[in-house]
Formats: sequence, structure tokens, C-alpha cells
Amino acid sequence: MIRLEKRPQPSQVWIVATPLLAVIATMIAGGLLFAALGKDPVAAIRTIFWDPLFSENAWFYRPQLLIKAAPLILIAIGLSLGFRAGIWNIGAEGQYIMGAICGAGMGLAFYPMESVLIFPLMILAGLLGGLLWAMIPALLRVRFGTNEILVSLMLVYVAEQILASMALGLLKNPEGMGFPGSRNLSQYPSAANLELIKGTGMHWGVVAAFIAVIFAYVVMSRHILGFNIRLAGQSPRAAAFSGVSPGRLVIICLGVSGALAGLAGMFEVAGPSGRISIDFNVGYGFTAIIVAFLGRLHPVGILLAGLLMALTYVGGGMAQGSLGLPAAAIQLFQGMLLFFLLAVDVLTNYRIRPARRRVA
Amino acid sequence: MSDILLSLKGLTKAYPGVVANRDVTFDIKKGEVHALLGENGAGKSTLVKSIYGLVRPDSGTMTLLDAPYHPGEPRAARAAGVAMVFQHFSLFDALNVAENIALGMENPPPMRDLAARITKVSDDYGLPLDPSRIVGDLSAGERQRVEIIRCLLQDPKLLIMDEPTSVLTPQEVDILFLTLRKLRDEGTAILYISHKLEEIRSLCEHATILRMGRVVGTCDPRETSARTMAEMMVGSVLHVPSRPAAPVGEVVLELAGLSAPPPRQFGTALKDISLSVRNGEVLGIGGVAGNGQDELLLALSGEMRTASGMVKLRGTPIGHLMPNARRTLGLLTAPEERMGHAAAPDMSLTENAILTGAIREDLTHRGFLRWARARSFAEAVIKTFDVRTPGPGAAARSLSGGNLQKFVIGREIMQRPDVLVVNQPTWGVDASAAAAIRQALLDLAAKGAAVIVVSQDLDELMEISDRFAALNGGRLSAPRRAQGLTVDEIGLMLGGAHDMEVAHVAA
Repeated sequence: MIRLEKRPQPSQVWIVATPLLAVIATMIAGGLLFAALGKDPVAAIRTIFWDPLFSENAWFYRPQLLIKAAPLILIAIGLSLGFRAGIWNIGAEGQYIMGAICGAGMGLAFYPMESVLIFPLMILAGLLGGLLWAMIPALLRVRFGTNEILVSLMLVYVAEQILASMALGLLKNPEGMGFPGSRNLSQYPSAANLELIKGTGMHWGVVAAFIAVIFAYVVMSRHILGFNIRLAGQSPRAAAFSGVSPGRLVIICLGVSGALAGLAGMFEVAGPSGRISIDFNVGYGFTAIIVAFLGRLHPVGILLAGLLMALTYVGGGMAQGSLGLPAAAIQLFQGMLLFFLLAVDVLTNYRIRPARRRVA
Repeated sequence: MSDILLSLKGLTKAYPGVVANRDVTFDIKKGEVHALLGENGAGKSTLVKSIYGLVRPDSGTMTLLDAPYHPGEPRAARAAGVAMVFQHFSLFDALNVAENIALGMENPPPMRDLAARITKVSDDYGLPLDPSRIVGDLSAGERQRVEIIRCLLQDPKLLIMDEPTSVLTPQEVDILFLTLRKLRDEGTAILYISHKLEEIRSLCEHATILRMGRVVGTCDPRETSARTMAEMMVGSVLHVPSRPAAPVGEVVLELAGLSAPPPRQFGTALKDISLSVRNGEVLGIGGVAGNGQDELLLALSGEMRTASGMVKLRGTPIGHLMPNARRTLGLLTAPEERMGHAAAPDMSLTENAILTGAIREDLTHRGFLRWARARSFAEAVIKTFDVRTPGPGAAARSLSGGNLQKFVIGREIMQRPDVLVVNQPTWGVDASAAAAIRQALLDLAAKGAAVIVVSQDLDELMEISDRFAALNGGRLSAPRRAQGLTVDEIGLMLGGAHDMEVAHVAA
């Protein structure tokens, strides 16, 4: 049949080509899925990938792209550092929630005072909230050798419970007539994360995401920290020989990814979402894992992957509305993207050869 | 019918750059324990791999029980009655004994029958083993039993054992030898590979000695002294270095009572190692694999930290320092394993130059990498040490073992260390490259650096060392002048006899 032959060096062509191939394979398999659901596959694919950008109603949807992409990119950039080093923070969703709670809490503590200092303080609080939440799995791993995958994931559910408790208790809007949820921060000028340029969806979170992309690019390609991260991920023993302290790397990587996820949560709660509510989190922290891998853990790749994934969110929402596709089908579609990416990834390090007949 | 089980005639196998076996001819008789002797790289493992069907010889013939024997794969060898116990076990920790054995069988019987057969075979041969135990909980000796029983279930005519005692305690060795003698008495031939000459004297009736891929002699180990066999292994006389007498420089590196627990499972604890090395001196450390070489390197490189006073550089305690701090002070190391330890396989040579050179070659500026400097450093190493590669952008894994070794050693030497510690500097390297590496180490010492060479190659150590010491069970013998050291003395220092006393009595 066929056999896989390891390439002497990873193929530069396939590093770029595999994500594209994965997107195409996802479109085909997704089309088959939609057809099986009794929908027109071409219309569905077009609604998801084309209409949000180029249909006549696109002016309404385009800003949504940046709004959805910003938290995905911000979180995925942070995760990519750890993933490169073999440190698996799966709990970005929890860090995102804690960042939002801390950021919102900081803002609401000053309500109704007006000051230019409030928003920066909220940014700091959001960042610290995510950072400290990520320090729990980091310190447990360094001190006791626990598995950061499990601990960080479990802490997502803890964070969700804290979120619910906040929405029903401490942060509940006193003028909300008993409904759960906090005051709307986007209607509190000093704390609002508003659109910076009208009609683009550009808010401070988008700015932060772009800064994070550039920052990550410089660190990974020019700085010894990025070198150590790559080294630790590829050859842990060589990293130890080189003098990299594994514990320090765990704390740095989980700290940075937690801080960025916390920032993303804070920008979300102060802007697009507006308030702390029980169902505040919508899975950005998990989708960002797909974004990080789809972008090959490379900052520029993550930027593009984040925009693509935002497109499937926006387009998927449109398809739900106009074609009646179930929400689960859209999630399945996003999952397929990661599945196909990991599957075709083998081409980067291996080439496929027809197997030689065994000489009898 | 003759009493010859397996006959090898003119087996030759060449790899690029090295002939592993050249015209190897000998016979193994039924029911004999036949020793295969030779230093590392003498071609022992290539030869047994040919017999076991893992390697296809370039030329030559094998005859098993008067029939031509050309196994294309291990399965064919097993079907013909040849079984092998490898030095490194291939067992799954999470499965139990019976499941592990079933995995290696072509048509495993139902688990209950298999467990009964395992129990029977293990009772018959005095290898107590519970088939339902999880392999992860077994000791090294018990794991080896699993491998042996796996072989015995095939009812082999020839059992090949590669360094079976390297992981065993003396008591376990005794039990193993009882089993092997019982097998021999039942007519199974055993091809036994070992470095430990006293073991071979107590167990084997016949020995074939390989050197540089050729059969250089045969003997009856029961009637031959260990010294004679060692001389046959290494050549008629050990090559005595023509180096000037040890210079009297300052003591640079000093180990004082260095002790450390094993850093990983099956590792060796370092026990009270003391030594000092002077400027301009080469200290050779010999020993059989797994006697603490890797651990000593870890303790010197800084990958394993000890009490600060146990390692002193120019009188300064450094036992607690990380690798980069030691590099700053001038202590550089090159570990044995090239791929994945000394070098990152998927990284370019430029990046691998940064791996250890960042500090001393000033390849960073405020934490930012100076790529141009790193590239020219990598290019300098490639040029000076004649590393065959398209350029510094090539991934380390694309280089041959010998070329990567030249790069790894060259990378450290080019950083002008005050003390350089290398482990197996020429392992798997062809003769000319090995000579170049040894010369570079001597040149480094001539310029005033202290050099410690850890190696299992006694020829190499005698060629370049001023003083020689041996690691044995994590202890270091007192270093002695290398010049004039006899094979007997070296054998004693390697401890070949003393930890085999129990086996002696049994014989």
C-alpha cells in the first residue's frame, strides 16, 4: 500500500499548505454534512464563508469579524507560547472568565465615578485575574508535578461557578429588578470599551490582539525566551542541557497565556458583551486552541486563523438564521477544521511513498 | 548429523564509512554457551542482528542445522528457532506479564492457557514470575525474565543474549546463570554477548573474539585468563600514548565526595566521587555502560545539582549552579547522546550553536538573539571540524551521527573552555573523524585546558589520557598514570572481577 517516510527536515511548503488543505477538506466534509441535514451544501458554505464579507448585508456583519476575532487571537497567541514549549494550558476559558470578573469588578467598584484612570485599572485587573487563575495549575505543576492539562481544565468549571455566583450575588445590578447579571459596563463611560472607529468593530481588545501578535512574533523569532520555548518543546533534555529551567518556563508560559486570556475577557465584558452574566462565556477559550493550531502556533498564522474562525462564527450565525442550520452543526464544522488540520499535518514531517514490495 | 547448530561463513556487512563485519566465520555447537567478545564498535551487535534477521549481510552464508539460513526478518528467525533477549527491553509498562508476552506472539493462545504456560516455564527454569503482574511494577531483573520467558515459550534452539547482566544485581546474575546452564544441558545453544570477562569465564565453553569487525581469535574461556582475553579484544598490546608526561598545572576542577541519588529510574547513584584535574591534563574515565557515566556528566554539566562544595572550579563551589552559570565560569560539557540531548534534532545548526554557545560566544544582547553572530559561529565550527553539511541552516537530524558528533564536540572546543568534559566523544564516529576529535581534545589540553574524557573505549582512553580512572557502580577508582598501565591493572580498576565473586563460586 503506502508508507510514510520521515523527511530529513520539516517541509516548508507543507507548513503553509496544510492549513489551506485542512480548510478545503473541512468545506468538503462540511458540505456533505449539511447535505445530509437536507440543506443545500453550496448555499451553506457560501453563507458561512462568503456572505459575511461580500453580501449586501455585509456592512452589518463585517465589524462582528474583528469583535469575534480579537479574543480568539489574544487567547491563542498566549496559548501558542505554551504549546510550543509542550505546556498545555487547556483552561483559557476559565482564565478568560476570571479576567472578565476581575475587570468588571474593578470598574463596578468605582461606579458611578468618572475618571480616565478607571479603564486602565480595569485592564490591569483583568490581566491579573487571568494571570493568577493560571498560576494555580502552574504552581501545582512546578511544586507537585500535577498535570497542568487536567488542573487548568477543571478550573474552567470552577470559574464558571464563580461567574454564576457573581452574576447572582456580588456583582448583580442593584437596579436590575432582581434579574441576574451586572450593570452594563458599555453604558458606563469611564469603563466602556467602545468602538474606536465607527463601523469597523475596532475596540481596545483588537488593538491589544494586534500588539500581542507583534510581541509574540518578536519574542519567538528574536529573543532567547522564544528560543528556549521552542527548544523545550522539541527536545526537553537538550533544553535542560542548554540550561533552561523547566519550572520557570511553565510559570512564564502559563502566566502569559493566562494574562492574555484575562485581558480578552476584560475587553469582552467592558465592550461587546457589556456585563457579567451567567452565560457570559461562549467558548472563546476553547476555540482559541483550534485557532492556535490552525495558525501553526505562529503569530501571523494565528492572526489569519483567528479571522477565519471568526468568519465561521459570524457566517455560522447567519446560516443558523437564514438556512435553519442547528448551532451544533456549526460547532461540528469548527471541530472538523482542527481534525483535518491535525490529520494532514503528517505531511509536514513525512512524505508518502508507495511501499516497496518485500523481497521474498 | 553434525553437532553444529549454526555455521557462519564469510559474513560481511558494511555501513557507509565503516565495515561492521568483515568475513566473519565461526560455528556454534548444539548445547554450548558461546561467548561473543569485543569492544564497543567491534561489530558484535551487527553480527547478532544478522543472525536474528534484523540486518541483511552484504555477503556470506549462514547454515542452521545443515540447511541454508537467511532470515529476512525477526519473525523468520524465530520460526527457525532463533530467539533473542535484547539489552533494552521492549515491554509495555501498563500491561501485565501475560499480555506483554502475548503481544510478541504470532498466534497467542487464550490468556488463561498462556498464563498457565508462563507459570510452567517459569517454574521449570527457576524464574519465578506471576503472569498477572503489571510490568511497570517489576524490577529490571524481573523484566528481563519476562523477555527470557517470552523467548523460551518459542522453544528456541539458539538463544542470543545481548549484555544480559548489565542491569542485574550479582544475585540476579547467579539465578540467570543457573537458568542458562539448565537450558544448555537441555541442548539449547546460547550466544552470549558481554564485556564482563569473569562472567564469561564462569559460564561459557567457547569464545569468539571480534575486533574491528573481524574474528581475531577464539579460545576456551575456562582455560584462558581474563587478561589474555582482554588483550585479544583490544589487540596484542594496548596502544600506549606517546604523550609527554603529565604537566604540572594548577588544579582547575575538583570533585570532593560527590554523591547523588539516581536522577531517574534504573539510573546509577554517584557514590563519594573525588578527583582533581589540572590545567593541561587529560583525565580518562573508563567503565562499563551504566556505571554512572551519564550521571557524572549531569552532575558536571549542571543538569543535576548537588551540594555546592561537591564540585569546585578553581576553588569556587559550583555544585549548586545551573548549566549557564557553569559555562560562564568556563566549565563546558558534551553529553553522550547527540540527538535530543547535546543537540535538538529539528533545529538548525545555527540554533544548535546557540544551544550552548549563547553565553561564551556572546550570541545574545539583552536577551535578543544575534542571529548573524550565531550563524558565523556555527560556520566556524563547521569549517574547523570539517562537518559535512550543506550549511548552518541544515537541521541537526539531517546530519550523520559522526558529523553531528564533530559539530557537538567542536561547538564546545571552539568556546575555549577551561575545563571540558566529554562523554563517549567518538562513539559511532568513523576512524578518521574519531582521530580528528581526539587530536582536537589533545590540542585543547596542550593550550592549557583541563579535559575529562569519559569513554568505554579503552584504546581511546589509553591513547589520549594522562591519567586514568574507572567508574564502577557509581564509584570512581583512584586515578593512576595512564602510561605503563597494564591490561590486568585496567581490568582490576574496571572492577570486572570483584562484583562477580558470587558467580565465581557457582562455577
